[in-house]
Amino acid sequence: MIVWFTTAQVAVAVVAGLLCVALGLAGRKPSDLSLGALALVELLLVVQLVVAIVAPATGNEPVGNMLEFYTYLVSALIVPLAAAFWALVDRSKWSTMVIGTAALAIAVMVYRMQEIWTTPVG
Amino acid sequence: MIKNTGAARATEASRERPARISGIGRILVAVYGVLALAATGRSFVQIVGRFSEAPVAYSLSALAAVVYIVATVALIRSGSGWYRLAWIAISFEMAGVLVVGLLSILDPQLFPDDTVWSYFGRGYLFIPLVLPILGLWWLARHRPTRGAIA
Repeated sequence: MIVWFTTAQVAVAVVAGLLCVALGLAGRKPSDLSLGALALVELLLVVQLVVAIVAPATGNEPVGNMLEFYTYLVSALIVPLAAAFWALVDRSKWSTMVIGTAALAIAVMVYRMQEIWTTPVG
Repeated sequence: MIKNTGAARATEASRERPARISGIGRILVAVYGVLALAATGRSFVQIVGRFSEAPVAYSLSALAAVVYIVATVALIRSGSGWYRLAWIAISFEMAGVLVVGLLSILDPQLFPDDTVWSYFGRGYLFIPLVLPILGLWWLARHRPTRGAIA
């Protein structure tokens, strides 16, 4: 993993999460803004996946448990899709909060992925 | 003016509530979904990666994961059968987090590696401890009283 990219990614996910929770509390239904923020979070996860695959070949070797790392990454990739599906089915302010909850969960998961990448197995 | 109050609101409310879950309950379902995913992911890693190290703890992780999935689905679906299933699943979680949480403190040897429920769900911000309480409270407040709602 690339530390600065991961840091930026966590920051984006936190901002997107807080924004959507705030929009939901304000009574806003899922909009281009909230779904766009979620799409950005998902896009960064896809970039992270590419980084994780390419990094070892460029000398950026992980020392942690890669099974655990990829379980996190694949789960993280699913979360925004599930939240977006939810938002399209249920058009209420609660869906906006669900989007926010999902983005905040991604922030935690990406933070954990960085820990796993850098923590030696055993 | 009268038209806009009672009846109109009631029909609007019933139209917006096809399922049992509505309002803040949806956030409960979302958090349950995330926890189900977290528990499933963890037990997948434990069982695929190192099952022989702590079979009891890892089997328990898998069981917990299944129960979280059942609880999530049961909360979403309406009908008295699902309602009962939600009660069973969430009560089981409550008992699980209390029993395993207590045992892991009294006798850490029993669980050499963490499960979702070890130390009352410490590894998951105590969400596994708080969630069943909220879930049971929510279920108690939302009994399917109006006949057998399909």
